Amino acid sequence: MSNDRQYMRVRADMPPGHVRTPSYLRGKIGWVERTLGPFPNPEQLAYGLNAQALPLLRVRFSMAEVWGAATAHPNDTIDAEIYSHWLEPAEAPHAP
Amino acid sequence: MPHDHHDHLSPSGHPYRPDDDHPLTYWQQMEIAVRELLIEKGVTTAAAINAQIETMDARSPAHGAAVVARAWTDHDFRAALLKDASAATRDMGFDIGPMRLIALENTDTIHNIVVCTLCSCYPRNLLGLPPDWYKSRAYRSRTVKEPRKVLAEFGVTLPDSTTVRVHDSTADMRYVVIPQRPAGTDGWQADDLATLVTRDSMIGTGLAKTPDAA
Repeated sequence: MSNDRQYMRVRADMPPGHVRTPSYLRGKIGWVERTLGPFPNPEQLAYGLNAQALPLLRVRFSMAEVWGAATAHPNDTIDAEIYSHWLEPAEAPHAP
Repeated sequence: MPHDHHDHLSPSGHPYRPDDDHPLTYWQQMEIAVRELLIEKGVTTAAAINAQIETMDARSPAHGAAVVARAWTDHDFRAALLKDASAATRDMGFDIGPMRLIALENTDTIHNIVVCTLCSCYPRNLLGLPPDWYKSRAYRSRTVKEPRKVLAEFGVTLPDSTTVRVHDSTADMRYVVIPQRPAGTDGWQADDLATLVTRDSMIGTGLAKTPDAA
């Protein structure tokens, strides 16, 4: 079943301004739990600009991916909502 | 001698607490300025603002508890709730405004816990205002890194066979956890079951109460 997972990497950028992509997930690889939206891009909405409607993906990350293989419970997970322009297709991360 | 007459004691016999008067912060001033301008310019009225505050104050974890108890007792509702929690709670009669809600079901092998690391996103339109600790830096930063330690501090210790799923409420969705129905409640009606559903159990930092603890 895990072979069907659609893996995505969160862009590792650190732009200024109102960004709703948590820093601790940038550069990390997770798989798509579900796709939501479209929702207006908060990076534009926050400044009163015409906000582009973007898909919003719920991405699931393993604790091992986010905090390293030595984490206490590597198979526990973190889900976060990430706008599509922050995601790029990726290979599955290597097993810890 | 708690009721002796001393200048530093109030008529009730307790020490006076220092006044907590302090200058308004920048954001408090901004809120007042924007609110007064909106009223002066006729965009809204003081009555409309008060009505909105009263609407929010009327929301409480009891609303969420009713939703959870119905999910425990009504298979079709449970399915509808898991498919589209906003629609299901509206259909039940709750005014949740524009909130987009996802229900997360705990099972024998999955425990869900909700946090907002970026700010304090919370399903206010169903559960009312969040507890102060939900907004604390400690809860927000630790829950994504060591959720089981946080849970243990709330009195919830989970076996290794249970997967903990942390949900970081980073954008447009809000989350409510459906805790597991406690053992020993076979045949209970939804109204009685709702008394077992705590606010913390719907955040994921607690479990539903057991009948003997209720």
